[in-house]
Amino acid sequence: MGDNIMAYNGGSVIAMAGKNCVAIASDLRYGIQNHTVGFDFPKVQRVNEHTFVGLPGLLTDTQTFHEKLNYRMKMYSLRENREMKPQVVAHMCESLLYERRFGPYFVEPVIAGLENGTTPYLCAMDLIGATLKTQDFVLAGTSSQAMFGLAETLWKPDLDADHLFEVISQVMLNAVDRDALAGWGCRVWVMTPEKVTVRDLKARQD
Amino acid sequence: MDSIFGISGRDFVLLAADTSQARSIVVLKTDEDKIMKLDDHKLFAMAGENGDRTAFCEYIQKNLHLYYYRNDLKLSTRAAANYTRKELAEALRSDPYNVNLLLAGYDEEEGASLYFIDYLSSMSKVPFGAHGYAGFFLSGLLDRYWQKDMDREQVLALADRCINELRTRLLVAGNNFTIKIVDKDGIQVVKAASS
Repeated sequence: MGDNIMAYNGGSVIAMAGKNCVAIASDLRYGIQNHTVGFDFPKVQRVNEHTFVGLPGLLTDTQTFHEKLNYRMKMYSLRENREMKPQVVAHMCESLLYERRFGPYFVEPVIAGLENGTTPYLCAMDLIGATLKTQDFVLAGTSSQAMFGLAETLWKPDLDADHLFEVISQVMLNAVDRDALAGWGCRVWVMTPEKVTVRDLKARQD
Repeated sequence: MDSIFGISGRDFVLLAADTSQARSIVVLKTDEDKIMKLDDHKLFAMAGENGDRTAFCEYIQKNLHLYYYRNDLKLSTRAAANYTRKELAEALRSDPYNVNLLLAGYDEEEGASLYFIDYLSSMSKVPFGAHGYAGFFLSGLLDRYWQKDMDREQVLALADRCINELRTRLLVAGNNFTIKIVDKDGIQVVKAASS
């Protein structure tokens, strides 16, 4: 497995907030160390109408954690007869991760959503559930250092949906181009109060 | 080290596996069949430690049969792949199996599909794939020559190309390969392990 288990499969996710909108992007590579196996493995799922959860890290735990989260969210909506808010999704992820404090899931969740359908909510956490909530952008993955530099430079507050899409796409594309373990295509979701658009970016296939 | 690969064509999937069983420097047998029939329209190509390989795959096969007897319903390929992934993932943190898998199947809704599952239980639907050392040699070859909706002759020719590449360049490749195809009519053995 190597010395860095979070870099065994590779992959990156970034989420950004704009004016009444959020965008989240993920690369599409499915790799095993230096060998790329698949090109259609997004690390982000839309878990309910107003929330996305991205899980870069060890991809087996990405899939297992998505399944656990989906199960808990469905049980919640059956019991409470309402949808889970983004903040509640984040708290649930936090507690699911800390349950495994001494044998953790090797994922670093990135959560993006619209509270009440309008107010952007962003949250990131480490593999044992230490959360960070912020108003600008959150990111995780093997390209994190490159993404930080680009996002810090390019992000501005109150971007509308189209500009937010451009900014997040440029950050993602240029960051994964410098990372051998992430890339092979990118998928970007943009959520506004009216709709969600998903687009695949034309990226370097290496 | 086992070599297995799979290639999907129009409405069918081909799986191939080497047939040698070795322990350190000794070749124990050269007619081991590493492609198991899960049911009439599903095949499992298995690579990994011998005991884990047969035990895990028989376990999956028997549980699929049990599901069929209990519920009178054959699982789709996608459902069987997800079930397999779940079993591997549950065992991962207590009693892990060291098995890499390719699951190929045909059903009415999806047509033919091929799933790549590695020993850590990450899974992806792929048009073609190879596990282990074979992956290093064949990924580029399959990228270059695979196209969507290839017919049977084309896929068999591509499989031959792959096998020749492994025979030529992979030090630990077996000489003999078994090849099976699954399509709407079921499973056909193109080349058996003992031939």
